[in-house]
This record gives sequence, structure tokens and C-alpha cells, in this order.
Amino acid sequence: MSVKTPSKLEKILSEGHLAVTSEVGPPRGSDPEAVIEKANLIKDHVDVINVTDNQTSVTRMSSLAACIHIKQMGLEPMLQMVTRDRNRIAIQSEILGAASFDIFNLLCLSGDHQSFGDNPKGQNVHDLDSMQLVQTVRLMRDEGKFLGGADIKRPPKMFVGAAANPFADPFEIRVPRLAKKIACGAEYIQTQCIYNLDKFEEWMRRVVDRGLHEKAYILAGVTPLKSAGMAKFMKNRVPGMDVPDEVVKRMADTPKEKQPEEGINICIETIERLKSVEGVKGFHIMAIEWEEKVPGIVERAGLYPRPKID
Amino acid sequence: MIVADKKPVEEIIEFVKDDKKILILGCNECVTVCEAGGKKEVGVLASTLRMYFLNQGKDVKIDEITLERQCDHEYLEEIRDVADEYDAIVSIACGVGVQFMAEKYHSIPVYPGVNTCFLGATEKRGLWTERCQACGNCLLAITGGICPVSRCAKRILNGPCGGSSKGKCEIDSNLDCAWQLIVDRLKALDRLDDYEKICPIKDWSTDRAGGPRKVVREDVQI
Repeated sequence: MSVKTPSKLEKILSEGHLAVTSEVGPPRGSDPEAVIEKANLIKDHVDVINVTDNQTSVTRMSSLAACIHIKQMGLEPMLQMVTRDRNRIAIQSEILGAASFDIFNLLCLSGDHQSFGDNPKGQNVHDLDSMQLVQTVRLMRDEGKFLGGADIKRPPKMFVGAAANPFADPFEIRVPRLAKKIACGAEYIQTQCIYNLDKFEEWMRRVVDRGLHEKAYILAGVTPLKSAGMAKFMKNRVPGMDVPDEVVKRMADTPKEKQPEEGINICIETIERLKSVEGVKGFHIMAIEWEEKVPGIVERAGLYPRPKID
Repeated sequence: MIVADKKPVEEIIEFVKDDKKILILGCNECVTVCEAGGKKEVGVLASTLRMYFLNQGKDVKIDEITLERQCDHEYLEEIRDVADEYDAIVSIACGVGVQFMAEKYHSIPVYPGVNTCFLGATEKRGLWTERCQACGNCLLAITGGICPVSRCAKRILNGPCGGSSKGKCEIDSNLDCAWQLIVDRLKALDRLDDYEKICPIKDWSTDRAGGPRKVVREDVQI
């Protein structure tokens, strides 16, 4: 795959390195230090920092503003954008805004339903869906056009990604759905957190069978479990999350004070196993409110130091 | 049909508590089928209000009429001679009926007695579910006859999202995932390959977004 943007993530992947990304969730307030502090915790151990967009529909500092803080630290942010809160005017406008700060990575998502968040009485927009958002960014970048047909002065140069959840239902269309996202123009994929490795490997086999791993870079998502309670919550309460019984049991059988360490061990073992899965081109470590653990995970998983890119 | 649900009676009382002559006006169409605004519900609401005013020691006259339709000039004219007698009319037709009444009887207060909910169907008696949002640009031919606009909580045109679990939606484990239904139906039609056709960005100008809509059919106009 030839390089099309100035994205550091794209360069690292195109050179054949295993990429490492992680995320920063913006604060429920306007203090930039909250972003800067989190970014500082992970900056030397990841290639690109995802910035979530009002995740779980809870109102936070905007993803774009937080990305700009990270960019101004000399780091590489990835703007996550959900279609829940913006119509096509706002979406294109925000893409241009991000491009004006040379933000080179965009992850296209539909977003959790607003009923999960702090404004369940609000409207959702969904003027576009996540695939159509991918199409929109690619049109803006590759054709230099707005959806309305007019030319864009200084089109955005963004490496365009999407999410995939191999564990949601129906399983049989999870690979066809990935194929659709790639057909829309997704160049990299970050997956849902992986705990059920057998199922993920089955999904990847089907991905490879269709040659999709050669059309988009697939970054495997991992989230270290902090406790047996978190494992149970994710298993039972988070739709589209697949935490096998043996993972829950392993956490529950560990004394409480050792559970965080065990969660990290599981995460590292997961990365180790996934490294040998054909088509996995990197890892997306989502350490939710646990950013300080990312460097240790990256080091112990043999992914440190990170490649230097000019 | 248009599906409506009863408004809490306290809300209706608040509208009419100072009036002396009230007409409860039902509609014989959709709201009769969904048991929210037909002749039977007119009777129930009128009795409830009579009881309320009696308990308040107030002498209030409450009449009951149910029209064939409230969304049609012809039927609304039927109350032309009596409408002026009332201090207020509580229409328990859908929002269309309430508004058509208000337009036609400009100087009489008309209050809604139901909440108009959606375009839907009767699953069984006492259970009505949404099927259409009247987007003005029907997609059902490509989605196996199941509408993602009205039945997916995110109205995703290329679904399902990552929250689809065991056939249900992420927002409610009792709610079918529209895209699971679409996939099942495409399979039944032996058209699962169609799943990979990308649904293009939708023209929402025929939806609510385009402003109040109208259908003009000169061929049938008199």
C-alpha cells in the first residue's frame, strides 16, 4: 500500500512495523492539563494517540480541541469522530478545522447511542453513518471536493480509519461489513477489545481468506482488565463485548490486590498471541483511565522502543 | 397507521380546569384502532373529567362526539353548528386532527388529549410498534423490506453497528436489531450478497429536514 498522507501511523505501517496506538479520553471540563498529563504518560510508548469523541455519549471537551493540545505537544493525535452529534455540514467543517492544524489521522465511528450518556433526552443526528463518513473524508482528501461538489482549497490529508467489532452479531456478516468499510475507503481498522482470542482468530482467518488484510491495516484492540468486577461488567453489561468465562474466572480466582497485575498479564499474553496472527499489523491499547499502565504493557509486550520516523 | 398514546389525565385537566363547557372529540380512524382516541376513549375521558369536576364541586358540561375523521374538511364541518357552544375542545385524534381542528375553528381553544407517537402497526392488542418515519424516500427495496430509518436506533444505513448482540439492539435487550432482521430477511430471500452493496449518503431533504412537506397531485385535483 503506497503512502498517501503525512500520517506517522501510515508511515510506520507501510514500513512493516507493528504499530502501537493508545487513547486519551478528554476531560469533563476545560482544563488542558488533563489532556496534556495523560498524553505525557504514553507519548514515548505509542505512535499515535487516539482522542475519543464524547465516548459513551457523556459530554466532554471536544475531541478536536484535545487533539490540538496533543499536536501542540509535538505528538501525533488521531481525531475520533462520531456521526451521532453532527450533520454533514458540521462533519466537513470539523474535518477542515482538524486539517488546518495538520491532524493527519481520522477514525470514523457512529458513536454510542445517546441513551447511555448524560443527555439521554437529546436528539441524535446520524445524517451520515460511519461508512458514509469514511466516504466523505476520502472524497475530500482524494478528489479535493466537498459533498456538495465544490472544490476545497488545501484539501485535508488524513489517513482514514474505521472500527470493527468481530464480536458483535450477526457474526457471519462481520467480515462482509469490514469489506464494506474498506470498499468505502477505510485504510486502517481498530478493533473492539479482544478477550475471546479464538473468535478473533476465526474472524481474522475469514479476513485473510478474502484478502482484506492486504487492503487495510488491522490494529487489534486490547484493554487491560483492572478487576474481576470490570471483567464481569464488560461481559454482562457492555453490548457487543465478548469476555469468555475463563477470563472472568482467571480474574475472579486472583486475590483482589493482585487483580490489576493479572489483568495486565492477560493483556500482554493477548498481544503476544496476536502478534503471530496473520493480518494483525499493530495494537490499539485502550487503557481506560489507566494510561499510566500503557508504557509497561508496551515494554513487556516487546513493542518498545517505538520506531523512529522522519 | 398513526399510533397515539393517552396523555396523562392530569395534563388534560390542567388545560381545561377553568372551562364550563367542554367537548371531547374523538376520531374513528387510526386512534380508534390503537385504542387511544376512538369513541370508547372519548367516553372514558369524559367520565373521568366529569368525576373530577364533580369532586371539585364544579358544574361543568362535558359532551362527547366522535367524527369519522379529523383530518378531513368534510367531517370537521359536522360540528360547525355546535362548536361555538364550547369553551374548549379536547381532541383525542392524532396531532394532525388537533391542528386541523384548530385551523378550522380558529377562535376556540383546542387541546391535545393524546400524544401522537409514530407510524406503526398492531403487533397484538395493546402492543403497537414503529415501522415508518415518513422520510419521503423509501429504502425498503434494498433492505429486504425492513426499515433501518425507523427501526435502527441510530438509523444506520449500512449496519449493523458494533452494539448488535444476540439479535438485539444496544439500547434495549428487548428491542430487535433492525440490521439483524435485514440480514435474516436477505438470507431468506437468498440475497445475502446484496448486503455488501453500499447504501449511499441519503437525501434527507424529503424528510423532516427539508421543512414542512406536501404532496401535490394535480392529476387527482378537482
